[in-house]
Amino acid sequence: MKPLSLAFVLFTLALLGFSTYQALFVAPTEQTMGDVQRIFYYHVPSAWVAGVCFLVNFVASIAYILKRSSNADALAAASAEVGVVFCTIVLITGPIWARPVWGIWWTWDARLTTTLVLWLIYVSYLILRRFAAGSQTHLLAAVLGIFGFVDVPIVYMSIRWFRTQHPSPVMGGGENSGLDPAMLHVFLWNLLAFTCVGIILTASRYRLQRLENELEAEHARLALAGGGR
Amino acid sequence: MSTATVTRSTLLKDLRMEWRSKDAINSMLFFSLLVVVIFSFAFNPTAEESRLIAGGLIWVAFLFAAVVALNQTWARELRNQVLDAYRISPAPANALFLAKVLGNFLFVVVLEVLMAPLFIVFYQLRSVGPVWQLIVIALLGTWALVVNGTFFAALSIRTRSREIMLPLILFPISIPALLAMVDATTSILTGDSSPGFWMKMLLVYDVVFTAVCLLLFESVLNAE
Repeated sequence: MKPLSLAFVLFTLALLGFSTYQALFVAPTEQTMGDVQRIFYYHVPSAWVAGVCFLVNFVASIAYILKRSSNADALAAASAEVGVVFCTIVLITGPIWARPVWGIWWTWDARLTTTLVLWLIYVSYLILRRFAAGSQTHLLAAVLGIFGFVDVPIVYMSIRWFRTQHPSPVMGGGENSGLDPAMLHVFLWNLLAFTCVGIILTASRYRLQRLENELEAEHARLALAGGGR
Repeated sequence: MSTATVTRSTLLKDLRMEWRSKDAINSMLFFSLLVVVIFSFAFNPTAEESRLIAGGLIWVAFLFAAVVALNQTWARELRNQVLDAYRISPAPANALFLAKVLGNFLFVVVLEVLMAPLFIVFYQLRSVGPVWQLIVIALLGTWALVVNGTFFAALSIRTRSREIMLPLILFPISIPALLAMVDATTSILTGDSSPGFWMKMLLVYDVVFTAVCLLLFESVLNAE
């Protein structure tokens, strides 16, 4: 590992320790929800990282279609995988919070459902990457990456309409009241820490994917050279 | 060769093949019949509440049946390397895609026309809202399923275990379209609310994804 990236990893670890301490001990306890509200400091930053990852995947997919560079494909693969991981964290931490606060694990509200559909779309993207054969994988995955991202606003629109027609009984968990400055402070630290973790994971997954792509290309070259003899 | 000529000749060829073999339509018909019968065991189909879920049921049956036909779309072009021949020919790729979409669209519409009376009889349906809107929804919804389905079928024939792959990538992307079809149909059957928003939604979905498909099909056809 290069010294610069090692330094970044150490910095991120320190930051993560600091922000976790802030979230668990420094941030004021929420009046009505109590300690369970602290999950917010993990939930929202994870959602942010997942969203950024899916955006990166979309841009990298377009770049691959236009330029056919295997690096763009590696970035798309890495960001989709990390995005699914963080999206899974969002989907797990959400119900843990919802159970004591709303009284139910899950409600088919617009944001929850959109997140779930988003997760489904990118899991299908990862499945396609596994099932596609050989060098076609890159292109097929890039195409699905574009489809998936284009679908997101349509999913959100449709589900919001679906739910506003039939209001769900346990809603009212919105944050339109704004965040306490002390909470906002802690939240921003966590946001920074999670973003750094996301960058590290994506970067190392990207390196790995590039090595895999190179290895595959080398195998293909060897097979061709052997066949010519 | 112009797009229209290629589209027409490919479409006519597909229709002729289907007319002679009737593979797609027979398997779709039998499949959706099975879905209708099996669903009727899950709940009391003649109860008044079942009107509320009839919209969902009809579309789920058509969706599953359409997948059966969509999987066969490109498979027959793989035999004798028809797709490879198409690739090296100067014919525009989108003409082939449009022909396939139109063909599948016709098959699924025929399926819906044949199955609709059966649904009405088995589930004792009668429409409270205007019936012409149901037809518009059926056409828009079928296009939404078929345009993406045909595209993803072309994508999944290049993967291992291609028959499993198609629903896995088609269903998540189709969720908004399916939601729109189901809710619009239910709101007409029950007469509770206006399906106006859902019809616009389907139209937007159709336009957006038809554009994306036409934009990307050539790269998928030529994928190495």
